[in-house]
Amino acid sequence: MENKARHFRYVIGENLVTAFAFSLFTLIIFLAICGPWITPYDPLATNASNTLKPPSWAHLFGTDHLGRDVYSRVIAATQLDLGIAISAVALSFIIGCALGCSAGFWGGWTDRVVGRLSDTIMAFPLFVLAMGIVAAMGNTVENIIYATAIINLPFYTRVARAETSVRRNAGYVHAARLCGSRDVRILATQVFPNILPPMMVQISLNMGWAILNAAGLSFIGLGVRPPDAEWGIMVAEGANYIVSGEWWLAIFPGAALMMAVFCFNLLGDGLRDIVDPLRRT
Amino acid sequence: MKNSKLIHVGRRLAQALPSIVGVIIISFVLTRALPGDPAVYFAGDMADKESIDQVRRAMGLDKGLLEQFFIYVGNLAKGVWGTSLSTGRPVTEELLARLPASLELTLIGLSLAVAIALPLGIIAATRPNSWIDHLCRVLVTAGVSLPTFFTGLFLVYIFYYLLGWAPSPLGRLDILSLPPPHITGFYTVDSLIAGEKETFSASVSQLVLPAITLALFALAPLARMTRAAMLGALASDFVRTARANGLSRRVVLLTYALRNASLSVLTTLGMVFSFLLGANVLVEKVFSWPGIGSFAIQALVASDYAAVQGFVLAMALLFIAVNLTIDLILTLLDPRVGFES
Repeated sequence: MENKARHFRYVIGENLVTAFAFSLFTLIIFLAICGPWITPYDPLATNASNTLKPPSWAHLFGTDHLGRDVYSRVIAATQLDLGIAISAVALSFIIGCALGCSAGFWGGWTDRVVGRLSDTIMAFPLFVLAMGIVAAMGNTVENIIYATAIINLPFYTRVARAETSVRRNAGYVHAARLCGSRDVRILATQVFPNILPPMMVQISLNMGWAILNAAGLSFIGLGVRPPDAEWGIMVAEGANYIVSGEWWLAIFPGAALMMAVFCFNLLGDGLRDIVDPLRRT
Repeated sequence: MKNSKLIHVGRRLAQALPSIVGVIIISFVLTRALPGDPAVYFAGDMADKESIDQVRRAMGLDKGLLEQFFIYVGNLAKGVWGTSLSTGRPVTEELLARLPASLELTLIGLSLAVAIALPLGIIAATRPNSWIDHLCRVLVTAGVSLPTFFTGLFLVYIFYYLLGWAPSPLGRLDILSLPPPHITGFYTVDSLIAGEKETFSASVSQLVLPAITLALFALAPLARMTRAAMLGALASDFVRTARANGLSRRVVLLTYALRNASLSVLTTLGMVFSFLLGANVLVEKVFSWPGIGSFAIQALVASDYAAVQGFVLAMALLFIAVNLTIDLILTLLDPRVGFES
């Protein structure tokens, strides 16, 4: 553990970009948790006498077509956007681990069924599949989460399967079996902790994409309903005003979305450097 | 050797079958997963009891699940993909009418991305840690973080509103031009065939911004893969041998390294195409592009389920076809394929 911490400090110190991403990550998490309490205005409060005002000191990011404060809405949206992405990624992580580990450990027909399932999901253009799933299951935020989780599933299943299958004949697995452990117990206590590092890298590389995907879905009008603040839907609402020059409606939430995704992608690369130095690019 | 390549091609064609079956099963499940009674949904909000019953019989919803599936597959094969509620025309007709617009945009965006990403990746790989290598790395990380719809709006703001260089982002042609006579459905190609220079330049100027938006999105994974594959190829034994034999830099780089690297780049291209088909939907919305993506969004908003499911299925089949083509090209390109079997 001490060693890991030192290595962590080394990688952060070595790579300023990762350090930057890590501080940005802390900021995003802070905004997601405390967002609702630190917004200067109520993100839902409309003000008919103060619509479409450009950025000023009173309204840092200006006001939208209903007179709502864009700055407050961008901050308040962090919670919803991050919440959707984290729930989706957590779901695909748990299910992907379970499926991938069983496929890699037992092989045989389990492996064939799981492999066929991920291949079939991957045969779709993933964003399009998510659209279809939300259309079929109903247009709600929960279904956005399920759809995002389903299209991310193959990535986790594949990593978990590959990592498990190289370990299923490892010495410690044989030792645990000799001690009388059953397969499920070996998977949970011996194999799973060992495949955790590559899975964590997969999570952080996947997180940015999950955010993008969820925001894309709400941009086309799925999931989050107005007047809720969410980056994708804010960009969609602001899109109509771009051609007449009211840029702040769409650009600020779009930039926030971009920063969040950028941060997670950088963090993913940084985490991969820590866990797997050989694949460093 | 030629024979074994043929066998390989045949085996690859056969491998596409399970994907197609899987795609059809999932899209069948999606049509039946509608909350409540699917017949009510497919008949639409205005339907009375009689037309709901009619839809139920037409979809075979009164029969067993397995039988329903075979009816569904039979209908698909006959081209009966349901009727779009919002337009009242068959879904296949609607999709086919809009497909050229989407394909034209996607293909031009993809070509643009390849034209930039390949040289960038090659140069970055040959000069590690130079400024162009750093530029490549920044572009690659920033590129995958860009929400396509945001890039599109940003470009519209800069090039339409601020600079006034681009036409208004409303469709494939401005109001003053008439579409060229329909031959391929690609306005650029059709206008050239018809010899209408003005229509050609009008359609190109409408295409530029959405194509750049798509290209920016597709650029990152392609440049990243090109760089990595070229680095791998340049460090290999055969490149060292070629260099030791005194072959010119050009031959070593293009004939030896690039031909080998192109295999993994092509594989990435298939994945990029999957993302592009999704990104296309967003870009079409931003630029009011009258393609199948816009059609699907309208259908989603209007709860026009047959149209949405038709769109999803069409995209999946298109994607399988693209992957198959790429794999077949790989087979032809890769000199090792003939030997291993």
